[in-house]
Amino acid sequence: MSDHTTLEAQIDQWRAYLQRRQAVVSADVDELEDHLRGQIADLTAGGLDDDEAFLVAVKRMGGLDAVSREFAREHSDRLWKQLVLVPGEPGARTWWRDLAVLLAFALGAGLAIKILVAATADEMVMVRNAAFVVLPFLAGWFAWKRRPAPVVAAVVVTVAAVLALAVNLYPFVPAGEGDPGMTAVLAATHAPVVLWLLVGVFYAGGAWRSHPRRMDFVRFTGELAVYLALIALGGGLLIGLTFGVLSLVEVDFEAALSGWVLPFAMPGALLVAAWLVEAKKSVVENIAPVLTRVFTPLTIVMLAAMFVVLLVGGPLTAVDRELLILMDAVLVLVLALLLYSISARDPHARPGVFDWVQLVLVGAALAVDAVALTAMVTRIAEFGLTANKTAALGLNLVLLAHLVWAARLGLGFVRGRQPFAAVERWQTAYLPAYGAWAAVVVLLFPPLFGFA
Amino acid sequence: MRIDKDLVAASATPLVLGILAGGDLHGYAIVKRVAELSDGRMQWTDGMLYPLLHRLERLGYVEATWGTSEAGRRRKHYSLTTAGREALAERQAQWGVVSDALRQVWQDVRTGPQALRPAEGWA
Repeated sequence: MSDHTTLEAQIDQWRAYLQRRQAVVSADVDELEDHLRGQIADLTAGGLDDDEAFLVAVKRMGGLDAVSREFAREHSDRLWKQLVLVPGEPGARTWWRDLAVLLAFALGAGLAIKILVAATADEMVMVRNAAFVVLPFLAGWFAWKRRPAPVVAAVVVTVAAVLALAVNLYPFVPAGEGDPGMTAVLAATHAPVVLWLLVGVFYAGGAWRSHPRRMDFVRFTGELAVYLALIALGGGLLIGLTFGVLSLVEVDFEAALSGWVLPFAMPGALLVAAWLVEAKKSVVENIAPVLTRVFTPLTIVMLAAMFVVLLVGGPLTAVDRELLILMDAVLVLVLALLLYSISARDPHARPGVFDWVQLVLVGAALAVDAVALTAMVTRIAEFGLTANKTAALGLNLVLLAHLVWAARLGLGFVRGRQPFAAVERWQTAYLPAYGAWAAVVVLLFPPLFGFA
Repeated sequence: MRIDKDLVAASATPLVLGILAGGDLHGYAIVKRVAELSDGRMQWTDGMLYPLLHRLERLGYVEATWGTSEAGRRRKHYSLTTAGREALAERQAQWGVVSDALRQVWQDVRTGPQALRPAEGWA
């Protein structure tokens, strides 16, 4: 038996080189190494020496850049955990250039807010236009980064423009002095949902049909929320400290704060958070999925308590739409917990305890919602539908359909009858339903309910 | 003869599914089997097989289990699932149509000039 130390060293080196690729995890490296060794053994048995066999085997394995890119395509979730850009991908820009462009967009968003505030004194006009003046800059930054097809971009811009025209030109009837009507508030709160999904189209570089890209956008949204909360916390601290010090020397900070700092800081925070989520090069796990692990069991306890209280706690006949709105919030929470743990789950892992816990969570949410819905339907039958009740009820049904089907697929998965891909795909396939519903509320509710 | 890259890519999935229909195998054994079946004329970039296998696993067509090789190393074996068998049948039907159409077209090419001759004579 000859000495194979050189060969072993070469294989080790090859392993280490491969291990540096973010899209290739160590189990894959093991698998590829097994392949390499199999090939080398066959080649040496055929008469080649170690060196030659190693070279031929490595050559047959293919270029590691190309292979790891192929891994990246299949396992985009792994890349997400680490680095967004695949090394060696053409067009990879340097991070500082990215940041400079981003800051320019953030500045633009701040100016747009300033112009909006200068143009009107009506608070409702500001509220319903805030998303329309800020989000285009975020979308613009993604468009600059990802270059979506012009046709897709044109369609997205058109849809956004139609929404903007609707919320601004519909003849909304105020309910009273300083009290906007129901449909005006509904339109103002639902338009940002549609806009956010439109931002998602740019985020996906126009590939809005792609399910992995949609899942990436879900991950992006979750991480963005966490980063934004942290930045807001830090920003609040800075403002508080500045306030404190300036008030000691009796300089009034108030005007500068509301006039200049906030209009630029708020959209700036959004864009910088987006940049951080995009560019973070940490090996840290995403935080949103970690939070779901913590809150899933707690939410189950909360839902169980709600279920008991709703059933025995008192006359549900007195409940109003507030119950529906709260139920919607509960379902959104459950959905977020579900979505973020699915987005971070290793699709190849076998069904485990946490998958059952999640199923219990969804089941409990459905049970609570069923009780609340029954109460609401009897009440609506008695008192009729208003715009608010219809919007809350509609959202409830949209959420319910999502969760019922997710529960069905989840059950199939833990029983081994469905691949995890089916569970995952359903989540991303259903996303446009939310945009469609929100668009209905923005565009059709005002005329349907007489702009009241 | 070098087989066109696109053709190799297109045939990879049905080949892998078909090979696994004959029994569980690990990656290198699949590559060897492909070389055997094509007398070494179909050369894969070996590394590309694994992302493909992982995709098939995600779609539920194959199942992977870790075992050990004769040398005592970790080795991943793949086996076809019921869904994989269905997918294979579907692919077989598709390829049947394609190869049928190709065969007819090539027969026409071969017999074409003769079939045209009377027309030429007529003109």
